[in-house]
Amino acid sequence: MSVRRLSPNQPTSFAFQPETLEKAKWWIAKFPQGRQQSAVIPILWLIQKQDGWVSEPAIRTVAEMLGMARIRVLEVATFYTMFMLEPVGSVALVQVCGTTPCQLRGSESLMAVCKRKIGAKDHLSADGKFYWQEVECLGACANAPMAAINDYYYEDLTPESFEALLDDFAVGKAPAPGSATKRQGSAPEGGPLTLSDPALYDGSAAKPLKKIPNAAPKPKAKAEPTA
Amino acid sequence: MVGILEDKDRIFTNLYGLHDFGLEGAKRRGAWNGVREILSQTPEWICDQVKNSGLRGRGGAGFGTGLKWTFMPKQESERPHYLVVNADESEPGTCKDREILRNDPHLLIEGCLIASYAIRAHACYIYIRGEYVFERERLEAAIKQAYEARLIGKDNVHGWDFELYVTHGGGAYICGDETALMESLEGKKGQPRLKPPFPAGAGIYGCPTTINNVETIATVGSILRRGAEWFAGFGRPNNTGTKLMAISGHVNRPCVVEETMSIPLRQLLEEHCGGIRGGWGNLKAVIPGGSSVPMITAEMAETALMDFDSLREMRSGLGTAAVIVMDKDADVVKSIARLSYFYKHESCGQCTPCREGTGWMWRVMERMVTGEADMAEIDMLLDVASQVEGHTICGLGDAAAWPIQGLFRHFRHEVEDRITQYRAGRPHVQGATLVAAE
Repeated sequence: MSVRRLSPNQPTSFAFQPETLEKAKWWIAKFPQGRQQSAVIPILWLIQKQDGWVSEPAIRTVAEMLGMARIRVLEVATFYTMFMLEPVGSVALVQVCGTTPCQLRGSESLMAVCKRKIGAKDHLSADGKFYWQEVECLGACANAPMAAINDYYYEDLTPESFEALLDDFAVGKAPAPGSATKRQGSAPEGGPLTLSDPALYDGSAAKPLKKIPNAAPKPKAKAEPTA
Repeated sequence: MVGILEDKDRIFTNLYGLHDFGLEGAKRRGAWNGVREILSQTPEWICDQVKNSGLRGRGGAGFGTGLKWTFMPKQESERPHYLVVNADESEPGTCKDREILRNDPHLLIEGCLIASYAIRAHACYIYIRGEYVFERERLEAAIKQAYEARLIGKDNVHGWDFELYVTHGGGAYICGDETALMESLEGKKGQPRLKPPFPAGAGIYGCPTTINNVETIATVGSILRRGAEWFAGFGRPNNTGTKLMAISGHVNRPCVVEETMSIPLRQLLEEHCGGIRGGWGNLKAVIPGGSSVPMITAEMAETALMDFDSLREMRSGLGTAAVIVMDKDADVVKSIARLSYFYKHESCGQCTPCREGTGWMWRVMERMVTGEADMAEIDMLLDVASQVEGHTICGLGDAAAWPIQGLFRHFRHEVEDRITQYRAGRPHVQGATLVAAE
């Protein structure tokens, strides 16, 4: 478990921006009547997108909105580690994956870059622009080592390419996510060794099937759509 | 040709994102083809076909998919049925579902419709891990296309009313456990539930629910289109089909690739990944199925087949077929210690053996890495690991114990050497000073 607490410095109030509120309602509508609590994680996430972090007044607002006890929202905000409970860098939140597959490919050298350029882990940089953390497996292991910067994945990094990325962010550029070595997705370096048969892509797979294999001789009457 | 599987038999034809992920491209590659005919069969027929194909769940546990579907009630009642797709891919080493979500989402959507029909559900939730922001955007876009083309939704062209929703998590590994996922989907902390009741009896919102992995569901359409026998023709009996395999760590070219089940591990690494860094002789250990399964040694990797039975015989497991390779430059003790930290970080805190045990095991593992641990602590660690294992509600306790047990099964001598080395030349270790004082 990781112990996570709210920041001691909290704003006095929270207000939804109109577009955030609209999206929040879209999320609530995805769930059955009376189950609006299901939208709590997506809505906290929207709030984090709006403010950069999740504050105590925001938690109260969400509790009111979804008809939940305040403690239940607080529980969710502190349980799920994606929610930042204190302000993060104005330019970039850098999350370096440190779990074994990335560690084997050199994530420690990426974290050394972060320490040197940004400062201590889990703290704002001196200029307030950056914040970095070590996170657990982000699920891009074939493209290790990698980091998520402001939600998007930057893969196949080296200390040099990572440093260049951070420099780009620092001067206000928005580098394109993806592989730093221009790999095609998770294909092996140098290009895919499979999926080269042109027949897969010439549309022949879209031709109507003559018969579904093993189909029952007398298909039952069409399932009646329920009202 | 590399590997065993031929291109014509691949299910995930846009694995690398070279082609259009959208509806047009997906249809051209065969997605949605024949779905109407498939849905004109009975749900029982679909379950039987999936059973005959031998498809086993691709999320790690390997439970028979067709059989799982038959656990759902045969009649709809006032409690609606739900399908939930587990896209909370967080097992270290595993990065296969991501490729489906971002590059072939229509195979998944099509599978959701077919599976929902088979279990008599009119609604499906796809729970995707929170960090997959781009993947979620892609999936939402693909679902929007499917709605617009009336492939899904109310009064769709397939004649089975079906609503498909995407929701997401907040970065908790534990939500990959099916019952924790349901808690999280309901807007709570992701702490696993006791079973029974099983999800097929009472799942989300207390309603009958089936939970399947992304890859499992995305495979179903192709199996029914091409026939159960086609799918069952790959791999060994009881281990059939094709499987996405993700290879990371010390190979020359890490990648994700679709291969037949039961492909020899060595062939997979040599042909698809350009071999081990520094040659096969430089291989030290392999974790063959994601972080939760025990590692195997280089000698075992020589003969291992990538399937459930072969790896179980080696006291490991296929898991998610996420192969993590370690060569002789790797510090295996440190690698496992890092996994121990992972499990400590991700324990939900509900069961005491896991909450306390994962932290304890991690702290001892860190001292094993440097060698400052006591020799007797090795057995103590294994004892604690065996006490965590099997004494928790979900599998996280087991998953935390197994990598440590695997390490000491094969590399105990290495840890012992490290402890001895650390002590050599240090007269003031505990015990030695006491002797001197007497």
